[in-house]
Amino acid sequence: MSLEAYLLLLLAMGLVTYLPRWLPLQLLANRRLPAWLEEWLGLIPVALLSALLAPALFTAGRPRSLELGRPEFWVAVPTLLFAVRTRSLGGTVMVGMGLFWLAQHLLV
Amino acid sequence: MTSGENSREQRPEPDSLRTVLREGLAAGWPVCLGYLPIGLALGVLGGNAGLDPLRIGLMSLLVFAGSAQFIAVAMLAAAASPPAIVATVFVVNLRHLLMSSALAVQLRGSGRAFLALFAYGVTDESFAVNSVRFRDGGWDRWRALVVNQSANAVWIAATVAGAILGGLVPTGAFGIDYALIAMFICLLVFQLRSRLHVVTALLAGVLSVAWSLWVPGDSYIVVAACAAATAGFFLQRRRRRS
Repeated sequence: MSLEAYLLLLLAMGLVTYLPRWLPLQLLANRRLPAWLEEWLGLIPVALLSALLAPALFTAGRPRSLELGRPEFWVAVPTLLFAVRTRSLGGTVMVGMGLFWLAQHLLV
Repeated sequence: MTSGENSREQRPEPDSLRTVLREGLAAGWPVCLGYLPIGLALGVLGGNAGLDPLRIGLMSLLVFAGSAQFIAVAMLAAAASPPAIVATVFVVNLRHLLMSSALAVQLRGSGRAFLALFAYGVTDESFAVNSVRFRDGGWDRWRALVVNQSANAVWIAATVAGAILGGLVPTGAFGIDYALIAMFICLLVFQLRSRLHVVTALLAGVLSVAWSLWVPGDSYIVVAACAAATAGFFLQRRRRRS
């Protein structure tokens, strides 16, 4: 693929990536939203975080299959407890990485 | 995260650029750290697919979407047609529609130019950090923008480095592959502020696992999040009525 054709492809990819990120901000940020919508949107972050995280802990492969007891899950348990107790983001990331590193060395 | 109480609104002086940068980076560094191994891996894959460092860097600059870039590189390697690649990228990134909608509530009073710039950096990870910080208070759009753009800078650098270094890149060092998962775990904990939030999170977790097993691709993120938020919404309504 020539650089011109590649750039054109990237611009199209960039556009379809950018629009879904931009349109809601432009349409919703400076508008009074109905109370029910704001209430619903208020629950979206916690739901999204959980939906992003859970399959990474309990599934693997493409297509995905259920894999209970992966190191990702076992490490998540003490990492979660650490986060609950300390409420420290940096500490949790470090503890999670350290435990995962250990798990990879001990369980393989 | 105890900053919720001492709210920034009472400060008379606007924060200096240095403070904004420092606090933005202090909140965003796990994202940057997590992007390192993923960006390096993408660069290596891109190199294997015949993309030089310049092309990889341009992609990270113009597209800036982790999972969509992985799929695009795989499709390029398989000589897929450009329309098919663009359509796939579009579908994979539709979930950001939901994230930007939730962030819009927090970005009231921002000008069009700021929103246009901010939109560029909305990713799963920057959304996770910013939505949590906004809710806990002591956070504003400029700090949020620092999170977006520092992550973007690291992403571009890591993908280019991966393309240059190729096979020299070590994998799995220091458990760095777990950085983003640990970050999501902690940010999820911060979000569990009531029983309703716990129930919504559990629902979203179960639904996302089930949906991801049944339907290939990434639709599980949007489907599970919308369904769980809707269920949580009606639970809250019912509890208020009774």
